[in-house]
Amino acid sequence: MAEERRYALAALFGPARFEVADYTPHARRLRMKVVETGPGMATLSLPYDPELVGDPSRGVVFGGVITTLIDQASGLAVACAMEELSAIATIDLRVDYLRAAEPGRDLLARAECYKLTRNVAFVRATAWDHDQGDPFAGCLGTFMIGANIGGSPFSGLRGAVAGKP
Amino acid sequence: MKGLLASIPYAQLLGVEIERVDGELDCVLPFREDLIGNTRLPAIHGGVIGAFLELTATLRLIDESGVASVPRPINFSIDYLRSAGPRPTRARADIFKLGRRIAHVHVIAWQEERDRPVAAGNGKFLMA
Repeated sequence: MAEERRYALAALFGPARFEVADYTPHARRLRMKVVETGPGMATLSLPYDPELVGDPSRGVVFGGVITTLIDQASGLAVACAMEELSAIATIDLRVDYLRAAEPGRDLLARAECYKLTRNVAFVRATAWDHDQGDPFAGCLGTFMIGANIGGSPFSGLRGAVAGKP
Repeated sequence: MKGLLASIPYAQLLGVEIERVDGELDCVLPFREDLIGNTRLPAIHGGVIGAFLELTATLRLIDESGVASVPRPINFSIDYLRSAGPRPTRARADIFKLGRRIAHVHVIAWQEERDRPVAAGNGKFLMA
């Protein structure tokens, strides 16, 4: 049987632990929540709010809001791929807007870190509203590992992780 | 343009303002604590910078083309060049091509000096 992959954040953010978004002020501002984390993956939710609308004639959430949700989910997926936490910085993101997100529906994004090297993490993500099989956005992103040492949004968590048995 | 900006709720959430500089449309994102993505540096959230670039591209397209509806993004890519510190950020968009159906836009965001950009964006939009 394959050994379960170890990741540093598992000690702190197993299933149904929603607090991680609270370490990021803007994620808190948008009321993002962690839905699920696993080795190299993370799913986040963002509740619909009229203040997120970018196209008032259609009531559709602004594309950049989706970028924020995906960036956050992707960064967390990278953190969840690491055996030991290190600083992370986004190198680039490319978001494809497959369709408009439906007005009134909460947004979900799932990111998977499908390759982690010493310096770079590669991530793919999708976002959906009612059905994961019918995403409204897809994304590819790369992240630098060990950037701005001590400057990771997750660096505040290191002590907490270390404090766990 | 100011009226249009006021009608976009998300632009209001970010607190984006517009200015005309030498005939060019500049967007300004004043710094606010709740835009932070990284409390240690501190740095503005990468998603906020991405959204600000996309908004700047969108407003420039509306300004240039005079379309009545907000152009719909097909895709948008962002290169993060430097961390965006707790300062105002400015952005300016360049339209590479404004076709009948698709527009190609390039955007740069900077803080103190324009030749030290914090991020660059590249977007394709459906105009009709």
